Amino acid sequence: MMATSDVLLRGRTITRRWGGLVAVDRVSIDLERGSVHAVIGTNGAGKSTLVNILSGEIAASAGQVELLGKDVTAWPQPRRARAGLGRSYQRSTIYPSFSVFENCRLAAQARTQRPWHWWQDAQRCSVSTAAAQAAARRAGLAGLLDRPAGLLSHGEKRQLEIAMCLATEPEVLLLDEPLAGMGAEETERMLALLADLRSGHAILLVEHDMDAVFRIADRITVMVNGAVIASDTPEAVRANPEVQAAYLGGADGGG
Amino acid sequence: MALGAQAPWGGPAGPSPMDRSKLLFVALAFGALALWPLAAGNYGIDLVTKIMIYAVFALSLELLVGGTGLVCFGQAAFFGVGAYATVLLSPADAAASVLWLLPACILLAALYALAVGALSVRTRGVYFIMVTLAFAQMAYYVVHDTPLGGGTDGIYLNARPVIGGWLDLGKPLPLYGFTLACLAGVFVGLALLLRSRLGRALAGIRVNEQRMRATGFSTYPYKLAAFTVSGGIAGLAGFLFAVKDGLVNPELMSWHLSGAVLIMIILGGLGHLRGALVGAFAFALLQELFKSEAIFGTFAKHWLLGLGLTIIASVALLPRGLVGVPAQLRERLLGRRGTLRGTRGGA
Amino acid sequence: MTLATFLIQCLNALQYGLLLFLVASGLTLIFGIMGVINLAHGSFYMIGAYMAYALAPFVGATFGGGFFATLAVGLVLAVLFGYLLEWAFFSFLYEREHLQQVLMTYGLILVFEELRSLIVGDDVHGVAPPPLLAGTLPLGELMTYPVYRLFISGVCLALALGMYFVFTRTRLGMMIRAGSTNREMVQSLGIDIKFLYRVVFAAGVAIAVLAGMVAAPVSSVYPGMGGTVLIICFVVVVIGGIGSIRGALLASLLIGVVDTFGKVFVPQAAGVLVYVLMALILLWKPDGLFKAG
Repeated sequence: MMATSDVLLRGRTITRRWGGLVAVDRVSIDLERGSVHAVIGTNGAGKSTLVNILSGEIAASAGQVELLGKDVTAWPQPRRARAGLGRSYQRSTIYPSFSVFENCRLAAQARTQRPWHWWQDAQRCSVSTAAAQAAARRAGLAGLLDRPAGLLSHGEKRQLEIAMCLATEPEVLLLDEPLAGMGAEETERMLALLADLRSGHAILLVEHDMDAVFRIADRITVMVNGAVIASDTPEAVRANPEVQAAYLGGADGGG
Repeated sequence: MALGAQAPWGGPAGPSPMDRSKLLFVALAFGALALWPLAAGNYGIDLVTKIMIYAVFALSLELLVGGTGLVCFGQAAFFGVGAYATVLLSPADAAASVLWLLPACILLAALYALAVGALSVRTRGVYFIMVTLAFAQMAYYVVHDTPLGGGTDGIYLNARPVIGGWLDLGKPLPLYGFTLACLAGVFVGLALLLRSRLGRALAGIRVNEQRMRATGFSTYPYKLAAFTVSGGIAGLAGFLFAVKDGLVNPELMSWHLSGAVLIMIILGGLGHLRGALVGAFAFALLQELFKSEAIFGTFAKHWLLGLGLTIIASVALLPRGLVGVPAQLRERLLGRRGTLRGTRGGA
Repeated sequence: MTLATFLIQCLNALQYGLLLFLVASGLTLIFGIMGVINLAHGSFYMIGAYMAYALAPFVGATFGGGFFATLAVGLVLAVLFGYLLEWAFFSFLYEREHLQQVLMTYGLILVFEELRSLIVGDDVHGVAPPPLLAGTLPLGELMTYPVYRLFISGVCLALALGMYFVFTRTRLGMMIRAGSTNREMVQSLGIDIKFLYRVVFAAGVAIAVLAGMVAAPVSSVYPGMGGTVLIICFVVVVIGGIGSIRGALLASLLIGVVDTFGKVFVPQAAGVLVYVLMALILLWKPDGLFKAG
């Protein structure tokens, strides 16, 4: 199926102030179905804050967020998640004492919560168990379902992080440094997974690994000190003199 | 906040051998309780009735602390509301019917829990502990200072409730049986609840609330629900206590009682329903031990000293409670860690 | 209510509020710097009050001193006690989860209560204020106000200002604040973090003990006073807001007002009013009056 260019998530002039400091400065961003949109920038550029605002964990000081055409600026995170927004974290937020399967199943349960059925065994919930199997398989964890999540290797935990995102069958994925701390082989596997996920999802990717970014991204937004200095195709960004100055010049955007 | 180790939860495979031994333990425990009246005299029946009431009380807190990760230091308030409701709603001279009195008491306790929870559950960690303690103290002052509660002397229950014409809770044996039935009912009910979708959601909130929210669970209503249900069960324990003792006084809402029930579930083992059973028994037996003048002579009236030292020692040395002792011994003998400690959800 | 009566109640409210603020500060200090929730903090207050009662004859016989000498001796003992207690017990609590800290310090409360019971007994006692401060000041034409209560307010205020000064203007205060946010870095700078924590803990204990000693002449000395003050301190922290000193001060004064005037107008509900205040504030501001300040 040809990738349609409908915009699934849109941030309009998002601004976030902490006291006198402007952490995010009038940032606009569009996430289209079937594309990977990477956000790069030096430390402290405001990338994580932006993602937190898009996901709903932090309120914006100004600006709007639209998800699937609806204004969700006032919606708390759980509500956005139920509407189709998935999020993975830089530091794995898994349930270490549960098995891999249960991690995915509990995530999938968010779609069919049915809390009133207190006598029914959750393990018999066919909807969440099926979604969990599918998500785990897609993330490459099919053989590890019974393993306690806390005992997984670092790369496997990052895979589980993605699997839990997928278990809720979201349309938009906000991925915060999924490649963090990965070796070469694990990175290849994760990039293949992201390429596989591209069709059907709108993906926002915050990453520091520049090789990976330039390989996988369809669009790159560069942030420095909370503001966008470039937002374009990878080739154009690579050739952009301001971007080169920010990365290769003296400025390293601290604070 | 996650304390207590458990084997990895959930998996496509069926119940593990360890689940079977847990089931056996619980079956044996209830069997022993059912047969106890045959062997024991009046004192023994009275004692175990009291312990079973504590066990129901402890189970209510286990739902909150072990099940949801909410450390509540004010559980005595709901226990006390249930107890006072029993006395205040009963007619002065006739026996009330359990069929309406019991649900009414549970409902009132649950309502107070709903009100307290609505304000408390928005706070976290240490502040949640403080807020719940404070709200329990508020209830204490209401019954202690105002005429509603009869002041420090308390109020007497003149006629114990009955069920129709065939069950008189004023007699020790029927009360024992009724309490045992309540305990079994609460135990089974919570076991079902904890493995249901609701229970799994609460477990997820305990282990990693952030991930639950990111996945799409609105965690506030879940926590509030757990708090309310827990309050209702504590109210049930309060009802049983009022019926048994025939007297309620403000000490039933004392923060020391809140502390005691918290100790029971830690002593028994957090994260396990049978831990609440074991802990209630262990606590009651420790109390009897330290209060015994035969062993401690004049120090018996300072039994809280022994209790305090025991609490400190058990938290320091038995991190998984009594229920975790077999596993702890096994690890010590085998020299490695077999089970996974629950952590705060980091990588 | 006449103006003079109103003024008296205001002064009472101020005195109670400042005393609460002092005790709550000690609690928050230990929690803020070392991350330990210490339920036994109220016990230190109780120990202070009982020391004011029990030490006085001893100090009088040995040194020939009166109230102030007892205060000094008590303070020294409190610092030593706090130092030893941190070394023997509390230093093991820093890495533990809050639930474990709560339970272990609760066990400590029981131990302290029973030790006190064994050593001094369970009776309620009064402590006389020193003759120097036992007089009254005239207020208007008919009323007078006890000097001693003004003394309490003065002591609490002085201590609070002293703490503020130490924290914000001295090297020690700077090290303490650094140690609370970044333990490893402070250690790598060659500062002995263990010693620092011990000092902070001893200070927290001393503050609570001193508050108890100073308050003894007006509040009387009774078992269970530790628990009462502890819970009110918790209410101060909840109302004031997480980690906020401003909030704690405002909350303490609010509680002082509500409690004092509550006892005057609605004596039967006085005990409950403080908690009603807390509930109302939580309704309005779920995180307390101020955020970390």
